[in-house]
Amino acid sequence: MSGEHHKELGFFRKYVFSVDHKVIGIQYGITALCFLFFGFCLIMMIRWQLAYPGEPMPLIGGLLERLMGAKWAEEFMPGGRMTPDFYNALGAMHGTIMIFLGVVPLLVGAFGNYVMPLQIGAPDMAFPKINMASYWCFAAGGVIMLSSFLVPGGAANSGWTSYPPLSAIAQPPAAGWPILFSGQTLWLVGMVALITSSLLGSVNFIVTIIQLRVKGLTMFRLPFFVWAQFVTSFLLLLAFPPLEAAGVLQLMDRVAGTSFFLPEGLVVSGQVAMVQGREIAGGGNPLLWQHLFWFLAHPEVYVLILPAMGIVAEIIANNTRKPLWGYRALVYSTVFLGFMSFIVWAHHMFMTGMGTSISAFFATTTMIISIPSVIILTALIISLYNGAIRFTTPMLFALAFLPMFAIGGLTGLPLGLPVSDIPLHDTYYVIGHFHYVVAPGTILAIFGGIYYWFPKITGRKMNDTLGRLHFVFTFICMNVVFMPMFFQGLAGVSRRLFDQTQYSWGAAVQGWTITSSWGAWMLGVAQIFFFINFFWSIWGGKKVSNNPWEATTIEWSAPSPPPHGNFATEPVVYRGPYEYSVPGMSKDFFPQTAVTEA
Amino acid sequence: MSSELLPYTVKPHPVTGVYSGKLGVWLFLASEVMLFGAFFSAYILLKVGAPLEGPAHWPLHSERHMSWMIGGFNTLVLIISSVTMVMAWVSLKSGNFGKARMLLGATVALAVLFLVIKITMEYIPHWRDGLTTNTSNFWGIYYTMTGLHGVHILGGIVVISYFIGPGSKLWHENPEYYTNRIECTGLYWHFVDLVWIFLFPTLYLMS
Amino acid sequence: MYRNLLRMLILVIGGCALMAIVSPAMAQDATAPSFDVEITGTYGPFLPPDVSTTGHQSDLLINTLHWFMGVLFVGWGIFFVYCLVKFRQRPGHKADPKPVKAKVSKYAEIVVAVFEAALLVGLSIPVWAEVKEGFPTEEENPQHVRVVAEQFAWNFHYPGPDGVFGRAGPQFIDMASNILGIDPDDEHGADDIVSGELHVVAGRPVIADVTSKDVIHSFSIPVLRLKQDVIPGMRIPVWFNTKDDSAGNYEVACAQLCGNNHYSMRALMVIHATQSDVDAWLESAKPEEFDEDEFD
Repeated sequence: MSGEHHKELGFFRKYVFSVDHKVIGIQYGITALCFLFFGFCLIMMIRWQLAYPGEPMPLIGGLLERLMGAKWAEEFMPGGRMTPDFYNALGAMHGTIMIFLGVVPLLVGAFGNYVMPLQIGAPDMAFPKINMASYWCFAAGGVIMLSSFLVPGGAANSGWTSYPPLSAIAQPPAAGWPILFSGQTLWLVGMVALITSSLLGSVNFIVTIIQLRVKGLTMFRLPFFVWAQFVTSFLLLLAFPPLEAAGVLQLMDRVAGTSFFLPEGLVVSGQVAMVQGREIAGGGNPLLWQHLFWFLAHPEVYVLILPAMGIVAEIIANNTRKPLWGYRALVYSTVFLGFMSFIVWAHHMFMTGMGTSISAFFATTTMIISIPSVIILTALIISLYNGAIRFTTPMLFALAFLPMFAIGGLTGLPLGLPVSDIPLHDTYYVIGHFHYVVAPGTILAIFGGIYYWFPKITGRKMNDTLGRLHFVFTFICMNVVFMPMFFQGLAGVSRRLFDQTQYSWGAAVQGWTITSSWGAWMLGVAQIFFFINFFWSIWGGKKVSNNPWEATTIEWSAPSPPPHGNFATEPVVYRGPYEYSVPGMSKDFFPQTAVTEA
Repeated sequence: MSSELLPYTVKPHPVTGVYSGKLGVWLFLASEVMLFGAFFSAYILLKVGAPLEGPAHWPLHSERHMSWMIGGFNTLVLIISSVTMVMAWVSLKSGNFGKARMLLGATVALAVLFLVIKITMEYIPHWRDGLTTNTSNFWGIYYTMTGLHGVHILGGIVVISYFIGPGSKLWHENPEYYTNRIECTGLYWHFVDLVWIFLFPTLYLMS
Repeated sequence: MYRNLLRMLILVIGGCALMAIVSPAMAQDATAPSFDVEITGTYGPFLPPDVSTTGHQSDLLINTLHWFMGVLFVGWGIFFVYCLVKFRQRPGHKADPKPVKAKVSKYAEIVVAVFEAALLVGLSIPVWAEVKEGFPTEEENPQHVRVVAEQFAWNFHYPGPDGVFGRAGPQFIDMASNILGIDPDDEHGADDIVSGELHVVAGRPVIADVTSKDVIHSFSIPVLRLKQDVIPGMRIPVWFNTKDDSAGNYEVACAQLCGNNHYSMRALMVIHATQSDVDAWLESAKPEEFDEDEFD
């Protein structure tokens, strides 16, 4: 089934509109890394305003004025000072970009696309053209999101959660501009494109994993990474449509004059609320949006973490030179997590006036869902026991993931119990909590994955010295950024404040805010190691064999980089994914595809 | 592009018993169920929470100016189109491409008829009567849900037309593959009908 | 390999120490803009002072949880570091692929589950029922107040001497003279007082109905461990009670993004020592508000 006798393709078909899962994976990866960097730049600007409220931004302020023009600067950053509206836009877009355009496309679009078919021995994804369509929907969604910075009024500024009525009445389109050209509306249109992309991708992933596993590769011989992708795809498939529905409803509220999320009698600045110049009928319910939104957005949290756990599991098994501890427990926990993640959403809404019984229900499901997370983390840590741990660059990132995810997970407990959530809800404690999960957690795992699979993608290894420097500085800076947020949150500082020193408790912990900001900027500087390493290694990295890490899973039996069609002959699988250090063998790894020890 | 097909594109997988396309369509339909499920949930929540009086109230059945005759006729149109779709697939199974093509044509014609009736006999007169998306949330969700359903019908028309026209080449190259694709299209089409069968009583009959 | 590990550890620990030394140096104390009055209590970096009669319960839960989290994290951490050192790759050391029989982990997971269940049932659900739904009865003589949020201010509506709120509706709203839209024809509204400050008495329970004129806000008083989202179209009652010795000036915050000036949506809450102090303040607040109305 290999595609070796394909005819030569032109440049566009080969690199731009490719249907090869590896090219699409790389496209996803590069695009998403750019978005990740862009989203990070937004937050570095925000950190200036937080640390030094109201002071003109050095360097960047002038640079942006040059770049975007005086008219833009006048509207958003007069004199290099950020306006509150622009601050809110940066915040909303940072969240949206990091989640929907950075992390998820990297984990699923890039790693999933590139690695998963190789790990199951498939020649490609089940539907290559749909795969391509998925990427281009994602790219279109990204362009729409970015373009919203250029319309009058700027990008969406009602938070990444876009709670109506604020989001419904915010940013009416400027005079002379078409109705769709306002930040919040473009945000909604962009989200619909991104959701479509995710749906196409998830159907493809599930079908590929079910149908295209090579001979001998039973479900319980799948690498844990593939399981993680499998469960993630189900989450994307079933959780995203309600947000699509919510997006369409809010779009109708914004452009067609409906009032699905708008109750009667809204009065904005003393005027009866108008949307698009029309009086609204009212009769809607703002909480409807929150239910539909969080019905997606809680499973989305597991979309952000499960594939990261998958990457970490692969790296840990490979670098401890022993099988993962409790493989089946890991798989069952992951499936259970996926299932449970659909019935915890309202723990984001404890403060909306919830009675005892409903809050008790969601608190209980939340406590239950913490158990499989504990099991997964424990299994990964116990996997280290009795190993022969190699401190390779990817392993450093994978190891750092464990305590970071532990902090992120544990700090979720006070937020999951409604009573302790009262003082902490919507404070920096929440920000610290989920950033520990997705930034020092998922993003470290992503870096680990890049260092780990780079030799498969390019045939060259990334430089170890630069990699280690990158690791150490990234690890330290991330903690400097996020640890202070727990203290800010305990002190009572709300999130999304343009200037927290307005409040006594905010002023009291301003020192921590400044520390956190410096951490963020240093974190930005530390990424220079990665940039240099990444681009230099593509052309100048050390050439390595097809299996430089001496790994067992199937992707390492393909050439590096794998040709179109992946495998010269269809592989056959004889054993489980992590047969390391099998007693009596001369080598300490036994590939899944090897017939005997050769 | 590889001239060879991926495994199980045409023949069913020995273990799962389906070819990849069919599994894909079923998964896609699962997500569509979640999509329309969210809309129906929103409908219920909006209806329950609607004010009892005033301009934004939920219109009574008698106030809706909606003829169950037109809706019922359209339901019939869609059900017949589902039947012609199945018959097209059966004809392909027995190798009769000409008949299948004719039946596919009938399906498209019925789908177009549905949309024409919907637009000319319902949307336009309603809008002229001042019953717009702005009137109340009933009308808002009515236009949103039937509109979204209409978009699905339109998508079906495009896909079926493709298989009547340029896509029919595939029949001569690989009849089984073509038949599978028609089967997948049929599954989608039945789903679209099914959505209407839920929409019709919800919007036209219930008070 | 061992030396590499050591080097890494030194770098990580050294880096953390460096940041720890540098960060207080970078920290400067900013001062919050005051309201003409001094805000009572000291704040940060842990929980703010608690002046409510119920807040100690959520504080107890938060503290218990953090101890619990700390124990778990340190336990994991010790095992983690032990593994990194003991099982590092080195000449003569080979991995043992046999899965360890880890009874401890199973027990640890059971302990975690039981502990979480105990916290949920013992310290969370009953407390939630009390703080969110255990409203004081009329015998306890609660003070009633309406809280109306709008972009970007808190309005507190006091019923006046008759103890009855005037009817309000959006059609009566006039930003200059009648920001809450109190019906001028309703006799109960004539003595009502509207102010941007919340005045209560130490030790007297308060029942507040929170509503919003425009978007979602969140009524947050950290010193009372009180937070309630304010949803337009809904009237949500909340209650709190203050400690007897809590007289002072405190801040009310908006905790839900509500627009560009969300950050400045701050109000003053004054807890008076005696009811007569509140009455005196209400008396003084009354004329200004209503003079304008008279002249309409």
